[in-house]
Amino acid sequence: MSLERVLSRKQDVAEASELAARRFAESGAADVTYAVEPSPLGELFVATSRRGLLEIGFHTEDVPAYLQRIARRVSPRILEAPGRLDAVRRQLDDYFVGRRDTFELPLDWALARQGFGRRVLDVTARIPYGDALTYRELATRAGNPRAVRAAGSALGANPLPIVVPCHRVLRTGGALGGYGGGVERKRWLLEREGVLGA
Amino acid sequence: MTSLPPFQAVLDEHREDVYRFLIALAGRQEADDCFQETLMSAIRAYPKLDPAANLRAWLFTIARRKAVDAHRARGRRAIPVETVPEAAVAPANGTGPDPELWGLVRELPPKQRAAVALRFVADLSHAEVAGALDCSEEAARRSLHEGLERLREEWVR
Repeated sequence: MSLERVLSRKQDVAEASELAARRFAESGAADVTYAVEPSPLGELFVATSRRGLLEIGFHTEDVPAYLQRIARRVSPRILEAPGRLDAVRRQLDDYFVGRRDTFELPLDWALARQGFGRRVLDVTARIPYGDALTYRELATRAGNPRAVRAAGSALGANPLPIVVPCHRVLRTGGALGGYGGGVERKRWLLEREGVLGA
Repeated sequence: MTSLPPFQAVLDEHREDVYRFLIALAGRQEADDCFQETLMSAIRAYPKLDPAANLRAWLFTIARRKAVDAHRARGRRAIPVETVPEAAVAPANGTGPDPELWGLVRELPPKQRAAVALRFVADLSHAEVAGALDCSEEAARRSLHEGLERLREEWVR
């Protein structure tokens, strides 16, 4: 067999290199770390930056799209490192089983809209557990009673659902309205919080 | 406008080849530390990289430098790492790399050694090998050629 052929034989390093890569990812070298976590609402994409929780996403079939957006808007120094999301995971788990009503996590608003869109999310972040606003009330509190549609659109762009509880905004009259994660998830969250009868 | 892919995607794509390359150049004992240092340097420099750059060649350039550093440090410490039987971790026959041949590769002069590993482990083109070695393509071809000639003389099948 030729020298070149023998030199070209590949050693199996799948496992060794994966372990080494994981060790590196958990070492804290990334600006953004992410993981896909199981939850009662299905898998969640969770990402955190050095400032705080950056994104929660329901569409885990499209993790590359989440990562691309973060790379473009926040930093391309992104690594998968579940170990660095322990605090977030614990609080989410506690919330899902009913051991926690509020989150105590630093938030990074880098992916949120600015201006009115951001004010909408700030108001939403203060809606207490078990309570709800209408889209109209939300728009009013955010400073523009006529911008009901814009308020709904700002909620649709919420990068931090569950923690910034956009599920606590309903139509006048009590209809559920929309939800970025699908209306069934919204219903689940509102039933869990006792806003809707289970 | 093109933008840089998330670093995780770069890592997923090149992880195994970089690791293999570092084993080839620095030996299995040193490969893991070299790998950590390579990734640390890479992620630090990453945001300033031109998105149009050849990411693979860039990564192997860093890996080669780390392997050279490790080689020098090992020389200073004078620990006979080469005596560790690498055959123990490679299959005795079949499709795995030939431990004796790679032992010979590691005894080549640094440029020849890197050229052989970049070409056959990392599968880089001659132009990419030249980039990773910071030399002209002609010089890279020459290093590779000389390295292969020497291996042919010494390698007993």
